[in-house]
Amino acid sequence: MSERDAILAGLRAARPLMQALAPVPDFTVVEEKRWDPRERLERLRRGMTAVKTEFLEAGPEDWPQVVVDFVLRERLPNLLFGPHTTEGRALAAAWPAQGPRLEPYDRPVETFKRELFEGMAAGFTTTLGGIAETGGLLLAPGPMEPRLLSLVPPVHLALLRAERIFDTLFQAFQELGWNREPPANALVISGPSKTADIEQTLAYGVHGPKRLVVILV
Amino acid sequence: MSAEMEIDFLASSTRALADPQLRRNFRRAMDGLMAKRAAMFPDPAEWTRLRALGAAIRAKNLLKLPELLERLEKNLTKNGITVHWASTTAQASQKVLELLEARGAKAVVKGKSMVSEEMGLNHFLEAHGIESLESDLGEYIIQLDGEMPSHIIMPAIHKNKDQIARTFSQKIKDAKYTEEVDELTAMARAVLRQKFLDADAGLSGVNFAVADTGTLCLVENEGNGRMSTHVPPLHIALMGLEKVVERMEEVAPLYSLLTRSATGQAISTYFNLISGPRGGGEQDGPREVHLVILDNGRSRIYQDEELRATLACIRCGACMNHCPVYTRIGGHAYEAVYPGPIGSILTPQVAGVGLRHELPHASSLCGACAEVCPVAIPITHLLIRLRREASHRLSGSTVLGAGEARSKLEDLVWSVWGWVLGHPAAYRFSSWCATRFWRLLPANAPVLKAWTLSRNKPRAAGRSLQERARGRGLPHV
Repeated sequence: MSERDAILAGLRAARPLMQALAPVPDFTVVEEKRWDPRERLERLRRGMTAVKTEFLEAGPEDWPQVVVDFVLRERLPNLLFGPHTTEGRALAAAWPAQGPRLEPYDRPVETFKRELFEGMAAGFTTTLGGIAETGGLLLAPGPMEPRLLSLVPPVHLALLRAERIFDTLFQAFQELGWNREPPANALVISGPSKTADIEQTLAYGVHGPKRLVVILV
Repeated sequence: MSAEMEIDFLASSTRALADPQLRRNFRRAMDGLMAKRAAMFPDPAEWTRLRALGAAIRAKNLLKLPELLERLEKNLTKNGITVHWASTTAQASQKVLELLEARGAKAVVKGKSMVSEEMGLNHFLEAHGIESLESDLGEYIIQLDGEMPSHIIMPAIHKNKDQIARTFSQKIKDAKYTEEVDELTAMARAVLRQKFLDADAGLSGVNFAVADTGTLCLVENEGNGRMSTHVPPLHIALMGLEKVVERMEEVAPLYSLLTRSATGQAISTYFNLISGPRGGGEQDGPREVHLVILDNGRSRIYQDEELRATLACIRCGACMNHCPVYTRIGGHAYEAVYPGPIGSILTPQVAGVGLRHELPHASSLCGACAEVCPVAIPITHLLIRLRREASHRLSGSTVLGAGEARSKLEDLVWSVWGWVLGHPAAYRFSSWCATRFWRLLPANAPVLKAWTLSRNKPRAAGRSLQERARGRGLPHV
């Protein structure tokens, strides 16, 4: 018998002894958490600002300029992005000819791994929305926006549309269909990378980005 | 769990109690963690309902465990993740080694995994010529010092920053001595970034595995988990077989309970859901993802309907943060992978209740652990049950080593006690003796000494309660 079958048979052997009826989970405590759009945005901002996330407000048309201004202001030498999304194309269109470089992440990581780790100052991604209850951005990296785009560069710029803020993670799972068919990688990000492993003292920027900047549309 | 070391809980806990630095470090950390958790549950009604939900989800998942494991395997396989099974930690380690050797992997980075601690994986891999580097900052610190985690969430909590500063300045190449937490963190970042870049494989634990969707969920703050699982070409995840959850929706409340209970965070920095390796058209992510499902005594625990609740644990560590015993002796004194109240019920069931019979007694039964447990595990009841299992071979018991800690002397004492209580004349005589001769007994007499070492010798009344009642003419005494 394989290990698998032995383990499962061992677990099944306990079956005849089971008397307890399976309890039915009552999700109302999660489901009843609802806020109006203004409150949703306020809660998200409060939750994420508390863990050092920065917010830049922008309009639906001028957000690429807000990104450009930020990169110029912070004197970042470059910005890595996914060139094939609608937002990626809008960003490329607004990018100045002179100054910081806009680097497309459009090739296998193996071809530029060291450059990615050592040469990229910031990464730009879209999001699928946010979570009002706790703060947090929802991302589904993939072919258009690779997984390491939001992780390796020291600054992560994320585009969030205020109308895409869900009440809870529970609701987001349902609305995004992650409860049925999640993407190969799905992420919730609530702030820059942090640790409290040394004497419970909070320190930001341990392995992932040191700064998370939300471009709020 | 690692049984090769000489286990002596009395000696290790006595040593820990005598270390004022250790006690200061734990007191400070536990006070902070308790306050942070309390601030996260300001509404008792919400806490009660959310915890009832968490407990119901875990209980339901455990009842369906064999089916859910099969469904998990089916859906992971469909998603391109390969599943392996191991009854013992040795088999699990061997499986990991085979996967690494088959791909010529020489350097591995690890995200935090308590199951890998059960397996003693770092030592095993290093013995086979593979570098296995912890990347969680706390785990990295203790690995530099060759220590074990003293807490399941904050492995280096027993150290203060001076101690960590010394370790870094001695063990990291070209490091200068600094006690600045930000600088220490930056040093670890610099070393580990290079390691992520060069690693041939990444290892991680699993917080929840979703059966319906074939998803591995990882909770973390540092980003080292994402680095370990997404940068190297091979990702191997390790999990105990109890970690399976049926539906994705069920993960939401469990995740909320976990982060709030563990570190007093509304949400962790990262929640990473992995449902497959690098897909067609993807530029990064691991080429292969494997999951090793470990039993290591869990299916035995599963046989017992009461003790099965041990497996509901979501590893938040709140029970240890609130435990007066853990706070005073720290994690290492337990001489086990899982310390604190959860360890005191888990370790004896895995290693044998005869071998680790002292652990269920490492509790004042104050009940704080059970009160804060986010999935309502009746820890105190299980502690008492295991105390009984240690000294009695109960009929139908499936507990490993049941009855092995039975002592002839203890049996004798109890039978004499029972006989005395069952015979009124003997009882009267013994209480007469006790009240008259107690004061003649020196405080440092054998047995009594254990009590009087740090306390005054109790004073006995001149006459027993029974005598006084009779003196007052009360009937029926």
